[in-house]
Amino acid sequence: MRGGVGLRYGVLVLLTVMILVPFVGIILAALHPPGAQLDGLSIPDRWSWESFALAWQQGNFTALMRSSVLIAVFVVPLSVVLATLAGFGLQILKVWGNKTLSFAFVMGLTLPIEVIVVALYFNLREVGLTNSYTGIILAEAALFMPFGVYWMQTHFSNIPGELVEAARIDGARDMVVLLRVLLPISWPALTTLSVLYFMWSWNQFMLVLVMMQDPERRTAPGGLGLFVGQYTTDIPLLAAACLIVVAPIVVVYLIFQRSFVSGITQGAIKG
Amino acid sequence: MASELSSPAAPPRATPVRGGEPQVIHPPKRRLRGWLYVLPALAVYLGFAIWPAINTVRLSLLSWDGILPATFVGIENYIKIFRDSALFEAILHSLVLIVFFSFIPIAAGLLMTALLMGKVRKGMTFFRVVFFLPQVLPLVAVGITWRWLYSDTGVINQILDVVGLGSFGRAWLGDYQLALTALGLIGTWSMSGLCMMLFLTGAQKIDPSLYEAAKLDGANTFRQFLHVTLPGVRKEITVAGVITTIAALASFDLVFVTTNGGPAGQTNVPGLLVYRLAFNEGDIGGASALAVVLTVIVMTVVGGIRYFTRDRD
Repeated sequence: MRGGVGLRYGVLVLLTVMILVPFVGIILAALHPPGAQLDGLSIPDRWSWESFALAWQQGNFTALMRSSVLIAVFVVPLSVVLATLAGFGLQILKVWGNKTLSFAFVMGLTLPIEVIVVALYFNLREVGLTNSYTGIILAEAALFMPFGVYWMQTHFSNIPGELVEAARIDGARDMVVLLRVLLPISWPALTTLSVLYFMWSWNQFMLVLVMMQDPERRTAPGGLGLFVGQYTTDIPLLAAACLIVVAPIVVVYLIFQRSFVSGITQGAIKG
Repeated sequence: MASELSSPAAPPRATPVRGGEPQVIHPPKRRLRGWLYVLPALAVYLGFAIWPAINTVRLSLLSWDGILPATFVGIENYIKIFRDSALFEAILHSLVLIVFFSFIPIAAGLLMTALLMGKVRKGMTFFRVVFFLPQVLPLVAVGITWRWLYSDTGVINQILDVVGLGSFGRAWLGDYQLALTALGLIGTWSMSGLCMMLFLTGAQKIDPSLYEAAKLDGANTFRQFLHVTLPGVRKEITVAGVITTIAALASFDLVFVTTNGGPAGQTNVPGLLVYRLAFNEGDIGGASALAVVLTVIVMTVVGGIRYFTRDRD
């Protein structure tokens, strides 16, 4: 039995190493001075933060970060509010045609972004919404809507019916039921959804690549995708740029890791 | 994790409709007025996801460069996909990627689950957080990192050198035979933690008495896993299969920054070609047709997985 425990930890540590080696490699690489020639994992002769400063400046990350934050700041609340209202209407109010509508939303989960993005670009071009934050924000909200509606519906379906029933008998209107009865007990579900939406919005790449031609208005991952084309050989610089883009999402993950994990797993359980 | 189970957000399990529903009689007026709540979400979803998707189908029947007037060509764009070996191979590549994005991560996830399950031991939370970490990163950054790890002077070759296999070293993503495998393994790195997290969630809901019974029957840890845990997380395996398969078939970000389809088209995938055809080569019709074919494949495969893993009882 003791041998079993030893083996168990041995394999766990091996897996941990396999997962962490890329992180260690890229952090070490970024701590080299810009332009340094690297050979695999190597401890820099001289620890340097210059690559970060240079990557930030060359990659124009002030503008990219501003775009990323701006988009997320609008996408997250907008999507969460719309998904909550829709989930409420479909699950609690049982609106006319709710089964069909729920199905229509769930079907969206299997639509690959490729089939949306081509025509979306030309549709938005007609109405002048390419190269605009509004276009990206609405498109992301639409992309994330199937999951959000599904998520809120499952959440509401787990709330005991008597709760809503009691409020109704007291004469509460729909909006009051939602705001006073359901919302106070929905914060964990809403937090999870917000964190997931933030992650998806931050990591979104193809949409930004297609919709935003203006390099100033690209998001951090969008800008990184182009940055890599310009500085192919400067490994420390690229590594630093990657870490700049990754840092916010890793911080959010470590703060909210419970929400991340429960959100991704629960939301996914749809059998 | 325990505190989460008691919170209102506690795992909504599979069945969407279940006992705890409000038993309210819904007067027709309310059912109609309720539309006001659904309408905003529906409008955004229809306008910015469904309408474009329908339009992509329409565009797939046209020959259009995005500027000059389009001409109707019927299914010609679709015929081209099956005639053009590059397009056809891209579809095959995405099917190969399923092995690396889906099969191996599910196996790895089961291994991680087996190791992390049971009595809470020191450091289990740490391992979970670390194993899941790759899943939250933007794939663009993941791709750039691995491009360097796989390079001539990268960490992979360095490790091979250390263990005496230096002669196998090469620029992995530039290797005609191995580029697709190398690319796929990045997906394995990224997806395994997701599978683990799904299985752990499922395993938490298995009745502990089943393990007791198995123990009494003299089953060792391995047999317990095989006969109790594995059937217990069947549903989660299905879900993991669906999510990872979609990620494989519709992959774009990773390929775009690592190989961009090279060498010699060996890592072309549909997503990449849709982008290239539509936004670099001005063949909107061809790009749309390929996107539609991709969608049909995704839906067929997902439908297939759900059909073969459905509850038969």
